[in-house]
Amino acid sequence: MAPRASTRAATPRRVRLLIATRKGLWTLTGDASRRSWKLSPPSFLGHIVHHAVLDPRDGKTLLAAARTGHLGPTVFRSQDGGRTWKEALRPPAFEPDSGRVVDHAFWLTPGHASQPGVWYAGTSPQGLFRSPDGGATWEGVAGFNAHPNRKAWCGGDQDGTPDGPKMHSVIVDPRDPSHMYIAMSGGGVFESLDAGGDWKPLNQGVAATFLPMPDPEYGHDPHCMRLSSNPDRLYQQNHCGIYRLDRPATRWQRIGDNMPKSVGDIGLPMVAHPHDPETAWVFPMDGTDVWPRVSPGGKPAAYRTRDGGRTWKRQADGMPKAQAWWTVKRQAMTVDGFTTAGVYFGTTSGEVWGSRDEGRSWRRLAEHLPEIYAVEAA
Amino acid sequence: MQVFRVAIPSQLRSYTGGAARVDITVASRAPRLSDVFAGLESAYPGIRFRMIDEAGRVRPHIQVFVGMKVERDPGAPLRPGDEIMIVGALSGG
Repeated sequence: MAPRASTRAATPRRVRLLIATRKGLWTLTGDASRRSWKLSPPSFLGHIVHHAVLDPRDGKTLLAAARTGHLGPTVFRSQDGGRTWKEALRPPAFEPDSGRVVDHAFWLTPGHASQPGVWYAGTSPQGLFRSPDGGATWEGVAGFNAHPNRKAWCGGDQDGTPDGPKMHSVIVDPRDPSHMYIAMSGGGVFESLDAGGDWKPLNQGVAATFLPMPDPEYGHDPHCMRLSSNPDRLYQQNHCGIYRLDRPATRWQRIGDNMPKSVGDIGLPMVAHPHDPETAWVFPMDGTDVWPRVSPGGKPAAYRTRDGGRTWKRQADGMPKAQAWWTVKRQAMTVDGFTTAGVYFGTTSGEVWGSRDEGRSWRRLAEHLPEIYAVEAA
Repeated sequence: MQVFRVAIPSQLRSYTGGAARVDITVASRAPRLSDVFAGLESAYPGIRFRMIDEAGRVRPHIQVFVGMKVERDPGAPLRPGDEIMIVGALSGG
């Protein structure tokens, strides 16, 4: 199915990057030209901040998912763009009799445009939560958390990702608030047509080489899933390759097979162009032998497709040419809303890199930060 | 009605307005550690969940002393005059 053109949003006047790290939250603010950047002092210094997201519906509400080494998980919310923060009155937590305990909120997603104040959170271990009031209070989405098949889909709460299996890539269809997707590092991609009341696996065509079954229905390991500007097109960077799905089809196509064989199609993040559904970026990492998960050969590069994954172009101008063993986590790559999109990523070694020309050239925007968990453009 | 003095670790003083020690009044005639946690939550909303998870267990890197004794059971009984010390217990970076 050919993707249809999307409506272009107004170009933003400036870009703020919300940089969530293992030791706090920083903001990097660029001017309109995206040439000059200023780094803020930290917020929540010492907190492990897994994700921080701006509410595009009002342009001023920020949510940050945080915990510390000692203290339990919570969500902080700001209604003035980050100047002041309040803690959630009731953070995401499983039902007391479930025997399950939220270790951390991992992913935050603003709800549908028609439902101001609604947010979703994906947690580790894997659970889905909903806030009706801008992040002040959170309730579990019983249609997932208490689904009779949940344990079969996800395995145990200790299975999967080294620091806990994660629900991520919570996506609300911009055309229909009842139509949602989720992805889980231990379980795969699932779809709901009734606002989370029920869920079905959506993993056909996706490899799961760590499972004995040839084409399992679930149990996959998506690393990052993005909805393109065409809401019928999904992109996915999986543990086992790069994929595209054009709905209403239900079988993913492995577009990573078109990547250079010497680089492969393994990585963690993937982002889609804000206005062009044919364009997306990945940041490949070494997935050979013991899974080093660093830039292949120590030569970091983004790869961009402009034709839905049929071809890929290496984009490394400005990055180190050798001995740069970067890891970019699944939430640590983002795009801004400019017509000529800016692309940004943060490394676990605390550097933020950006491109104001859709990846043709790159510049380091910040360094010496703690391990970067997430970068979101606001 | 009994009053228990509670030592608050630095990690939780954002909830107590910076106070390192607070007094919690418990109405029960047979007070338990959980009553003190409830009193803390009532006085300083949000503090309980940061140290006690939704299953009612003390979080792994929080330590609680009643007097000189480690006590991780919220149902443990308290005696008049017991002092409670909450500690953030974690090493490494």
